Amino acid sequence: MSATFAAPTATAALALEDLEVVYTVRGIDRVVLRGVSFSIAPGEAYGLVGESGCGKSTTAYAALRYLPRNGKIVSGHVLVAGDDVTGMTTAQLLRFRATEASMVYQDPAQAMNPSIKIGRQLIESYTLLGQSKSDAKKSALEALGRVRIADPARVMDRYPFQLSGGMQQRVVIAMALACDPKLLVLDEPTTGLDATVEAEVLDLVRVLRKESNAAVLLIAHNLGIIRSLCDRVGVMYAGRIVEEGPSHEVFDNPQHPYTVGLLRSLPRHGVRKTERALATIPGILPLIGSDLPTCVFVDRCPLADDVCRTVVPPVVPVGTEGLRYTRCHHPDRIPELVEAQPDVPIAILAPSEANPEVLELTHLSKTFRQRSVDVPALVDVDLQLAEGETLGIVGESGSGKSTLAKTILGIESADDGGAVSLDGNTVAPNTSSRSTDDKRAMQMVFQNPDSALNRSWSVRRILMRSVEKLTGVKGDAANARVEALAAHLRLTPRHLDLKPRQLSGGLKQRVAIARAFAGDPRIVVCDEPTSALDVSVQAAILNLLADLQADEKTSYVFITHDMGVVRYLADRIAVMYLGRIQEVGPTDDVFNGPNHPYTEALLSAIPSVDGEPTSRIRLEGEIPSPANPPSGCVFHPRCPRVIHGVCEVTEPPLLEVAPGHAMRCHIPIEELRRLQSKT
Amino acid sequence: MSDSEEFVPQPAEIVSTPGADVYMPNTTISGTAVPPNTPAEIELSGAVQVSERQQARRENWRLIRRRPAFIVGVFIVLVWTVCAVLGDRITPHSPLDFRVAGNGQHLSPRASYPFGTDEQGRDVLSRVMAGARDVLKVAPLAALLGVFFGVILGMVMGYFGRWIDNVLGRIVEAFLALPVILLALLAVSTLGHSPTVVIGVVAALFTPVVARTVRSAVLAERDLDYVTSAKLRGESSAFVMFREILPNVSGPIIVELTVRIGYAVFTVATLSFLGAGPQPPSPDWGAQVSEGFRNISADIWWTTFFPAAAIASLVIAANLIADSVQSVLEAS
Repeated sequence: MSATFAAPTATAALALEDLEVVYTVRGIDRVVLRGVSFSIAPGEAYGLVGESGCGKSTTAYAALRYLPRNGKIVSGHVLVAGDDVTGMTTAQLLRFRATEASMVYQDPAQAMNPSIKIGRQLIESYTLLGQSKSDAKKSALEALGRVRIADPARVMDRYPFQLSGGMQQRVVIAMALACDPKLLVLDEPTTGLDATVEAEVLDLVRVLRKESNAAVLLIAHNLGIIRSLCDRVGVMYAGRIVEEGPSHEVFDNPQHPYTVGLLRSLPRHGVRKTERALATIPGILPLIGSDLPTCVFVDRCPLADDVCRTVVPPVVPVGTEGLRYTRCHHPDRIPELVEAQPDVPIAILAPSEANPEVLELTHLSKTFRQRSVDVPALVDVDLQLAEGETLGIVGESGSGKSTLAKTILGIESADDGGAVSLDGNTVAPNTSSRSTDDKRAMQMVFQNPDSALNRSWSVRRILMRSVEKLTGVKGDAANARVEALAAHLRLTPRHLDLKPRQLSGGLKQRVAIARAFAGDPRIVVCDEPTSALDVSVQAAILNLLADLQADEKTSYVFITHDMGVVRYLADRIAVMYLGRIQEVGPTDDVFNGPNHPYTEALLSAIPSVDGEPTSRIRLEGEIPSPANPPSGCVFHPRCPRVIHGVCEVTEPPLLEVAPGHAMRCHIPIEELRRLQSKT
Repeated sequence: MSDSEEFVPQPAEIVSTPGADVYMPNTTISGTAVPPNTPAEIELSGAVQVSERQQARRENWRLIRRRPAFIVGVFIVLVWTVCAVLGDRITPHSPLDFRVAGNGQHLSPRASYPFGTDEQGRDVLSRVMAGARDVLKVAPLAALLGVFFGVILGMVMGYFGRWIDNVLGRIVEAFLALPVILLALLAVSTLGHSPTVVIGVVAALFTPVVARTVRSAVLAERDLDYVTSAKLRGESSAFVMFREILPNVSGPIIVELTVRIGYAVFTVATLSFLGAGPQPPSPDWGAQVSEGFRNISADIWWTTFFPAAAIASLVIAANLIADSVQSVLEAS
């Protein structure tokens, strides 16, 4: 039915017509797609966004008729370049997938056979198309060149595990392009990659789109990626597309309450915790297979009224060009939502220099010994943390962020000569030899609550054990404390008797935070606590962390790769590269510059949902092995502003360039300011 | 669409338990100050969750009950259990009485003796029925004991890793390299034939096998963050191993136990066939086979066939149950 809003079905590279898909789980058919329709013109890029569980990936798999064994298309059609995929026989389907359409998955390591060399896997994609061995080899080399791999012949001779994630994804893209597909489906192609690598892969996709005429279907939960890459976007909720239109229009001027909520829960436009709390979307995503005869968003929509509960919303065109639609009964009331501010009080500790110092790291190093080679993962880190302060730690994976967290907590013991001091007293290097008071003073919130919570324990038992162990309180008093703790984290007594698997991601993370706060810690180390969560849930967790900090004067060490999140929450930011602090300073200074060239590159790598023009600093190459760090400044091989003859020779010291703002760079600060203001 | 099965990663929405997606609101986008998490909302979602979980459990139970393999397995085990418990109270003849039919040695199966009689003229049917008692007394206990020690050993190897795992791992491998039956025979002939010894010997044989399974399950658990979190609050290793990790590896352990019971039946029968079990005139199945098999060449097959079939049926039944338990546990 949306065909009127886009390219006509007959000429579209991909057209979905009222597609309905069910999964059979424990013998019962559960609806996941409720009549999805959209079409993509040849050469066009179409993005699908939505929270996890909304049916984005199912749509992608259904487009290639590649559903898992318990999934089936119950009605509707999938047309690729006019051919009905839904009606194909197995042989036709195989041919279709080999020649017409390709898919790139989230994890490139799983998309390749780990025990076959890259060359053979790539050549196979061409021999399948009927090329001779030697032709296929030539095509494979060309394909690697096409995805900007510098030394194709060498890469052909490697195994997948010998390549970095970014290189692997390039190879997978090269394979996907082998048949010159009419349709390229990308399912979260950069989710597992670092921001800098993600930027490279997205650049590549952008260039390749110009070179080929393939239509692109991009699934991503990162709205910035969709905005920077897609011409049009469909916003999906509970198996239905609720809004569709050109991506810049949808993101700048959303016309469905769900899109509005999704966009408002992002920390955007450099908003800080001191300014306002983040907006969240109340309520829950309907269960898969729920009976939803009306508007799918009705339970969480602030505009919902009786009409919404009884009548399926019609497709309402937005604008006059016929390019946009929303499925809402009250499109006229959308502006109310956009203008409304979340009326949540902000209680933020003003970080001041008067706050006493809680944590001090002096000359902290950690060297791992692997196969009798010393691998320095953390090199001479000096940091301070004041009471009630949030220190953000950013850097690519492999930069030593997590090692820093583990060394502070004593999960790994620091090398001799370094010290972790709590309130001025040096604590033992490893947890088991720390006193109960020291243990209780420092706790951790992990990235993945599924891993962090014991799945066979009830929430009550998880919290109770931490309360008893850390505070020494037992019995009824401990139970009272658990209930108080839960209430503080906005969990109810009801939740206490559930097991983690019965809770959503956001609730699980709350339990994990409650556990960390069980013994009134002075310092909580948060290791990417929201990166496994959907944006609306992320907003709730960030609000909660800010609230707790204001109440308890807790200090946070907040590790993240999300620049928007760190800008929202952190008072100060430390940028790490190869185990060293490259830059540290107040959040505003770090975001306003001038910056260390590495920070500059990190900042420019973020695809923004606001579509602000970002000048790009591209980092060449990969993080060097910590076992064999480059001479001089460890960043010099990748640095776009390298001063030859200096940077390779001596490592610059961490020098203060402004009060509280220090960086490790040979280029004088005034020069950096000049260079960076030009771009 | 079967051609796509192996390659497709399951979309996240199916892997997660349906209904696991509940989170609490704390603000609204409309800007009106809504009290975070009104109790009513939570009550509601909590109730939904519990019923969803009970339903999942019920559905699992329904799935396992619908498996023909499970039904057949349970039926066979039940039949033998009834025979073992009631013994000669339900056998048509006394399993130990000689010459039940006068000069009735080696009577072929017939209406009055459906399984025939053996060379002493005892009723084979009665002996097979009564023989269930010996094996059902020894095999499950041996399996249970073997799993018990295997869990402890595997837990220690998997949790501590490093040199402890290396040393214990080599010992386990050395043990596994020895011929099992020879070892068991040696032990039983030195220590005696009592059921206690047989149980101990079979348990000892099973311990290293179980340990290896448990070790690999523990390896996957010990690097999870809940273990780190336990260390951060200062838990002892024993606590982490047996309170935190053990419940999470119970699935493979239950499967291992059901599989081991099958093997135990087999091993116990083999030992008694070789004379290292209950002694004549006990109606033990293995002993019966060993008494009867010499007469097969004289076309007297029934004295061997029926006890052998009894052993086979119990081993198969245990495996059918193990298979069903495994596939349902893995699916959930």
